[in-house]
Amino acid sequence: MNTNENKSTEALIQVRGLKKHFKELNALNGIDIDIHQGDVVFVVGPSGSGKSTFLRCLNLLEEPTEGTILFEGTDITDSKTNINIHRQKMGMVFQQFNLFPHMTILKNLTIGPMKLQKKSFEEAKAEAMRLLERVGLADRANAYPNQLSGGQKQRIAIVRALCMKPDVMLFDEPTSALDPEMVGEVLSVMRDLAEEKMTMVVVTHEMAFAKEVASRVIFMDGGVILEEAAPEEFFENPKTERLQSFLAKVL
Amino acid sequence: MNFLSVIWDKILLFFLGIGDSFYLNFIKDNRWEYIVKGLGVTLEVTFFAVIVGILLGFIVAIIRSTHDKTGKLKFLNFICNLYLTVIRGTPVVVQLLIIYFVIFGSVRIDKVVVAVIAFGINSGAYVAEIVRSGIMSIDKGQFEAGRSLGFNYIQTMVYVILPQALKNVLPALGNEFIVLLKETSVAGYIALQDLTKAGDIIRSETYSPLMPLLAVAVIYLSVVMLLSFLIKKLERRLRNSEH
Repeated sequence: MNTNENKSTEALIQVRGLKKHFKELNALNGIDIDIHQGDVVFVVGPSGSGKSTFLRCLNLLEEPTEGTILFEGTDITDSKTNINIHRQKMGMVFQQFNLFPHMTILKNLTIGPMKLQKKSFEEAKAEAMRLLERVGLADRANAYPNQLSGGQKQRIAIVRALCMKPDVMLFDEPTSALDPEMVGEVLSVMRDLAEEKMTMVVVTHEMAFAKEVASRVIFMDGGVILEEAAPEEFFENPKTERLQSFLAKVL
Repeated sequence: MNFLSVIWDKILLFFLGIGDSFYLNFIKDNRWEYIVKGLGVTLEVTFFAVIVGILLGFIVAIIRSTHDKTGKLKFLNFICNLYLTVIRGTPVVVQLLIIYFVIFGSVRIDKVVVAVIAFGINSGAYVAEIVRSGIMSIDKGQFEAGRSLGFNYIQTMVYVILPQALKNVLPALGNEFIVLLKETSVAGYIALQDLTKAGDIIRSETYSPLMPLLAVAVIYLSVVMLLSFLIKKLERRLRNSEH
């Protein structure tokens, strides 16, 4: 009990009793999890299992019905908490990229740091260009999102989140909307991030990638966490019958 | 046969008398000044009414779409709905008359100001629904992307949603302003001497309706065509900025 408490105080994100009820659907039925600095948590499960809802609750894009989420020690579900401050520290990458189509790539990347963190344009631009260089898209800085391929858009979306210097990155099925040949370029950016010890929570259907990159894998079904393990254990030795049949279908 | 020849005579007479008629309607007694001053009043009223309409329309649109998206601002949304229903459900002439004779009935006030208020309030209702449809047409992912970066609701609106929404509704907004320009022609009901009233005054002085009313029509048409041209140009420039 004591060790557990010690552990939970140092957790970057601590979720307790998280429930989310939509009008006619109980999407989450009580989630407890600690996510620590440097964790790469992959969340898998059948569609409708609540995994995306869980991820979206972490930065309050969905408002939880019940439960608490401590992020860096602050209860962000408390209505007195200014969520906008904490969201700056939680980068989010969407399935549909959601780049701002009316801005150039550079503007997409610099608007957050400039407006929210009061950085000068030069400062924000230098950081954006450094990150663009890393994902191999520095030459597209002045292009508009509609001129890019899906894979390029998603890499830009990752960079946009990184420009805010987040403490955790949330990925909501980042490769599900991509043509198959573009999945690799996005995964390789994510792999680099994981190697740099970025804390990540990833909802995905890419099982092979989860096996390779994850530090922990979580299996969700019916709005609860059914199983959680290190990747080898998770894929080689699934305990619940539900996970066994799920893995049999997707692998 | 007789009928045709009567028409023919009229046409002939018209062309023979065109110089005289022009002199009578526009040159004599400096009647052209009515037209010039009237056009000035029409443009002045339209310009300021557009500004009032945009301000009102944006506020109402943001309140209404915020309510649609989040369910908050119930009371303000109710007020806005009331405003939209009343303004869109009654003729603009009636609104103008009520504002002039009832609301400002006991105050001495410039008629131009009354017209600006009346047409601005009227236009605001239409602008509001145009802008709201633009806001609602933006994918909710855009909103989430803005919020997830850490922007608050207003910042997300200003930096992310409104610029895109505005681009989408620019043709409809332009059209609304053209409609507004033409609608100000009823300002004569409160004896404001706008362009239409100017033509009507000349008509009543000269007893020759064709020339002054035709002139008024041609001037409206020219202004509308100029406006359409400018709006098209702006639209093209905004569209180019996306590719």
